Amino acid sequence: MKFVDEFRDAAVITKAAEEIRRLAEPGRQYRFMEVCGGHTHAIYRFGLKDLLPPNIELVHGPGCPVCVLPMGRIDDGLSMARDPNVIFCAFGDMMRVPGAQGSPLEHKARGMDVRIVYSPADALNLARKNPDRHVMFFAIGFETTAPSTALVLMRAKAQGVSNFSVFSNHVTIIPAIRAILDSPDMRIDAFIGPGHVSTVIGCRPYEWIARNEGRPIVVTGFEPADILQSIVMLLQQIRAREAKVENQYKRVVPWEGNQAALRAMAEVFELRPYFEWRGMGFISQSALRIRDTFAQWDAEQRFETPGVRVTDPKAAQCGEVLKGVLRPTQCKLFGKECTPEKPVGALMVSSEGSCAAYYNYELRKQPVLTTIGAGISAQA
Amino acid sequence: MEAVLSKIRFRDPQIEMAHGAGGKASRRLVEGLFAPLLFGDSTEPLGDAAHLEVGGTRIAFTADSFVVKPLRFPGGSIGELAVNGTVNDLAVSGARAQALVVTYVLEAGLPSEILEAEVRAMAKAAACASVVIAGGDTKVVEHGKADSMYITTAGIGRPIPGINIAAASVRPGDKVLVSGPIGDHGITILLARGELELEAELCSDTRSVLPLVEAMARVAGPGIRWMRDPTRGGVATSLNELARDCGLGVMLWEDAVPVRDVVRGACELLGLDPLHIANEGQFVAVVAPEYAHAALQALHDWPGGSAAAIVGEMREEPSGTLLGVNGYGGVRAIDMLVGDPLPRIC
Repeated sequence: MKFVDEFRDAAVITKAAEEIRRLAEPGRQYRFMEVCGGHTHAIYRFGLKDLLPPNIELVHGPGCPVCVLPMGRIDDGLSMARDPNVIFCAFGDMMRVPGAQGSPLEHKARGMDVRIVYSPADALNLARKNPDRHVMFFAIGFETTAPSTALVLMRAKAQGVSNFSVFSNHVTIIPAIRAILDSPDMRIDAFIGPGHVSTVIGCRPYEWIARNEGRPIVVTGFEPADILQSIVMLLQQIRAREAKVENQYKRVVPWEGNQAALRAMAEVFELRPYFEWRGMGFISQSALRIRDTFAQWDAEQRFETPGVRVTDPKAAQCGEVLKGVLRPTQCKLFGKECTPEKPVGALMVSSEGSCAAYYNYELRKQPVLTTIGAGISAQA
Repeated sequence: MEAVLSKIRFRDPQIEMAHGAGGKASRRLVEGLFAPLLFGDSTEPLGDAAHLEVGGTRIAFTADSFVVKPLRFPGGSIGELAVNGTVNDLAVSGARAQALVVTYVLEAGLPSEILEAEVRAMAKAAACASVVIAGGDTKVVEHGKADSMYITTAGIGRPIPGINIAAASVRPGDKVLVSGPIGDHGITILLARGELELEAELCSDTRSVLPLVEAMARVAGPGIRWMRDPTRGGVATSLNELARDCGLGVMLWEDAVPVRDVVRGACELLGLDPLHIANEGQFVAVVAPEYAHAALQALHDWPGGSAAAIVGEMREEPSGTLLGVNGYGGVRAIDMLVGDPLPRIC
């Protein structure tokens, strides 16, 4: 399959892994954070950790929109949809995220009209097809998905679709990275920078990380060869005692970002003064609300928003895992009370959540890695 | 009764779509509620069909319901699925279907021509599979209480001589075969719903797998240890069940698994794994190593079997687990399907 297979090519990957082993100085410990949940998923999905030397540790970052959403927002969204006239739509990975009163899927089983959509445009189409109902889209995501929400709101306004609204839970990535760097219990040597977010915001917004914080950052694609090449680039910077922003994902990410997308976001959204992040607390100027010029399509203005605040179960340590302070298995609930099927925390729900990725792909293979080599030769 | 009650382990407060998805939740429901109350003390792993002794004759017996939406899709329809599904459940249990009975649940308001088309599809599929439809029942519910039509078929079959299927007979070193490209059915249905703005040239793989099973049995009968038709939950769910039932590990060479480019492409876009996507005309088999190449050759020589492949092997460790190994040596554990990404697929 073109555009995928060349980035999963065994020869390319093996060569990059060799280069990493050559560049990593023995006796030195490296901690690289992959900011993006998509990277976390790819690292486990493709077994990339097995290819790295033991002194390179990959720390999972906060870039999983479902994971950072506080539980109360889910309850808020579902409470707006309690009116039987409302159709509640969200992306598939939201469906099993537990609110205090259950997940959207559990509400669906109890009779709420909950639908999975693949894009906000699908939600708008649903509104057009159901003129007697109100369609509410539960919007989540970083700058990756915010522009498409913005465009759909602009379209709804232009076409006067009045039975449609958006509950915005869009967040922005830079304040989260800043919060991590400000966190006293955190030690990160360099960043595997977000890929999809950067297609929109470009590479410039990361410059302070290199300049002020002295940390290398490489904007990275999501295929195995991308991630390994990015680790090579980080190691090269560290060897050369440099800290700069580099773009490994040039085939998709323009340095200046996508100006049309940024303009659409600016037209529809404004920064909230502060927003709660699950596990990280309130972070100022880190989320997007819908501007008053679009108030008619803003679910928060249209419906009563209870503003539910739910504290996470005490034993769950989502926050520490989210910030990379703890590894998924170090949480007391991991794999016991909290599994992908019965998740307690959101990190176990989304395929981009580090707990789910670790549980699905990594956990059970540990005792057998030694036998794999023999397996590969047997296959040949 | 006390003893039975203590075995009821199903604690989920309500039934959700995932309980019908063929993955983890389905298994919890069957093992935690149905088995202790309905299947008595039988501790046999649950297969695709029950093998019973009736008046001194061994028969295989199974039933399957079909709720697919839409009713018609490229490559097939609900009527065809309803016949092939039950024929295949019998085939992979090592039996040749002899007779089916069919029940229809119809929604008032269903145009008769739609029903007729499905009855014709059933007749055609039954003729293809050389199986008799011996009777049935019809119920009609109010408009809005069912989605056009649901079909249930039950079938009896006669064991194919010389094969004995049991997870317990699987040994380390045995080879894992699949009969052809995986994921076609699930992705076809997903696209046929038209909810995604995706189009592709793809057909459901619905067919009777009996001829392939018999072709394989003729040359490798004594070496066939286990078979399953990987419908809901896909190949990964079937192989996880195998791993659990036999207490061994399954090592899957991911690059060897046949998947069409269209299916891979759709899965990449949608974040799905072809190993979790439903099939309606394929099977997975575990074959003793000394028979594996003969079995594969027999499949290759049979029409519709050219893409069959040996995709993995059984290992002592890790017990109860399916591992995927990719071309450059990366390893992942692959779980059963969790949740229900594609409801009402069959």
